[in-house]
Amino acid sequence: MPSSEPSAPAPAEGPVIDARGLGRSFTVSEGPLLRRRRRTVDAVDGVAFRVRPGETVGYLGPNGAGKSTTMKMLIGLLTPDRGRLRVLGMEPARHRTRLAARIGIVFGQRTTLWWDLPLRDSLALTRHLYRVPPRDHARRLAELTDLLELGPFLHTPVRQLSLGQRMRGDLTAALLHDPDLLVLDEPTIGLDVVSKATIRAFLARLNAERGTTILLTTHDLGDVERLCRRVMVIDHGRLAYDGDLAGLRDRAPGPRTLVVDLAEPGPPVEVPGARCVRRQGPRQWLELEGNPAEVIAEVARNRQVADLTVQEPGIEGVVARLYQGDAALAAADGGE
Amino acid sequence: MASLPSALRRGRAPRIPVYLLLVWTWCRAAAQYPGSLALLALAQACSAAAELTAVLVVFGHAGELAGFTAREAMLVYGLAALAFGTADLLMGSVERIGDHIRTGSLDTLLVRPASALVQLAADRFSPHRLGKAVPAAAIAGYALATLDVPWTPGRVAYTPVLVASGVAICCAIWTIGACLQFFITDAREVANSVTYGGQALTEYPLGIYGREIVRAATFTVPLAFVTWQPALYLLDRPDPTGLPEWLRFAPPAVAAVLCALAALAWRTGLRHYRSTGS
Repeated sequence: MPSSEPSAPAPAEGPVIDARGLGRSFTVSEGPLLRRRRRTVDAVDGVAFRVRPGETVGYLGPNGAGKSTTMKMLIGLLTPDRGRLRVLGMEPARHRTRLAARIGIVFGQRTTLWWDLPLRDSLALTRHLYRVPPRDHARRLAELTDLLELGPFLHTPVRQLSLGQRMRGDLTAALLHDPDLLVLDEPTIGLDVVSKATIRAFLARLNAERGTTILLTTHDLGDVERLCRRVMVIDHGRLAYDGDLAGLRDRAPGPRTLVVDLAEPGPPVEVPGARCVRRQGPRQWLELEGNPAEVIAEVARNRQVADLTVQEPGIEGVVARLYQGDAALAAADGGE
Repeated sequence: MASLPSALRRGRAPRIPVYLLLVWTWCRAAAQYPGSLALLALAQACSAAAELTAVLVVFGHAGELAGFTAREAMLVYGLAALAFGTADLLMGSVERIGDHIRTGSLDTLLVRPASALVQLAADRFSPHRLGKAVPAAAIAGYALATLDVPWTPGRVAYTPVLVASGVAICCAIWTIGACLQFFITDAREVANSVTYGGQALTEYPLGIYGREIVRAATFTVPLAFVTWQPALYLLDRPDPTGLPEWLRFAPPAVAAVLCALAALAWRTGLRHYRSTGS
């Protein structure tokens, strides 16, 4: 790690995040008290990636894979012990406070708002902490109030907000100072379908219109499919994949599914190159092994078909295969 | 926040205003429940009154202890409660750091562009804590006014310095105690034995406890500089335990050293936190 880093702001066109050989180990004690042994665990081991301005990157990984450790290092909450890390040109562990002024952070599991204060007061405090000029604050607050529909609960204490409202409040607080980088840690966890859709649409718009760089961790692959052109998968402390969603599918290809609506319910369709995995009334799901065109032709020859669709493998299945090998496929895909 | 003082409203504020700003906001939040606020303040004042009564009863029966009359003991109590009460007002919230670590909310303080210690100190500030500091100031003031203090210009000037040093010493001890929670989860109880226990100790003239306690409170946890040495100075009295007289001019230096130690404890604690990620 370089020892003397001058306080340099980011060059305008440089990467927003630049991680090289990033590593972090923890010492864990285990075993009974008297025969306790200490073991070193590499939570993050040699992770390297760059995020360019304007990118939206999904950071995935099973629990304990090193996701949170990486995120904590990015925002300066944890000091890396190997490698080089720059966020907006700054070394997060050393310039935590200065970096904080230029990034927005949302933790899905806990609020950064003041629990006992009305949302409005929390947001006003944020303006002072981040030293946003009053006029900019007023303009952005009006904009965000409109986009995220905060109006009805601006005067409600944060502790009385629903999870969806709180998350919208948290997003507002994270964006009022117009950060260059927005870091979201499981932003849609626990939200209902409508709230999730609102948040995702908002983030997509933010990225498209303002060019805000977004890095998000999630277990909800809907977030990734909707928002992230680029996906990084971390497993056992190492990057297992870094690329676009399509590439992720190619990397761990799963069988496509042919959904056949027959004219009337009947026995499972048996054709070469496909296997019936599920039946429900006249609808059957065939796992495609051979050429789809031949299979479709064969099905149409044997049965009276009302409708046909080919489904790509679900992203859940793809990621599960990447995490654990093909064994997990059946469980995650479920033929849905 | 329309009712903010205009100096604050203009923003672009350095560190201290962040504290004031948070304090102001919390006061407003507390003012939403004026009944609860008044009751809490009253409770604090009652506990101060009860403590003072205990001091007066002890000295009323004994007449004089370690050369201190009841009125002089009142001065000692007033100084102790003023230092403790003001430190509680300013830094009392810091002792909740263990909860912040456990629940992860320390992270949310650390990702804001302001000192986490300042945010922590101002967290849930409530004006009800004035219920301790204000009566204490009145008691100390009353005792000083009615006692036969040889007021010289030097004494007049040095008295506020002594009070400020006492407050700073209490704040520093409090912060150091709180920082233990970075390393030991339930250090709060241990720290309380020094903070609250220390307050009980300093409410009485240390001379009544005997030589060893006075030495311990001078050279280990330097609580003797909060009330004992200042009282000896104000009453212009030789130290009955035989410690040198120049010690009564040490409080500002002691306060400075303790504050430096507190800053070091905070930095060390934070570094530990960031290296364990707990």
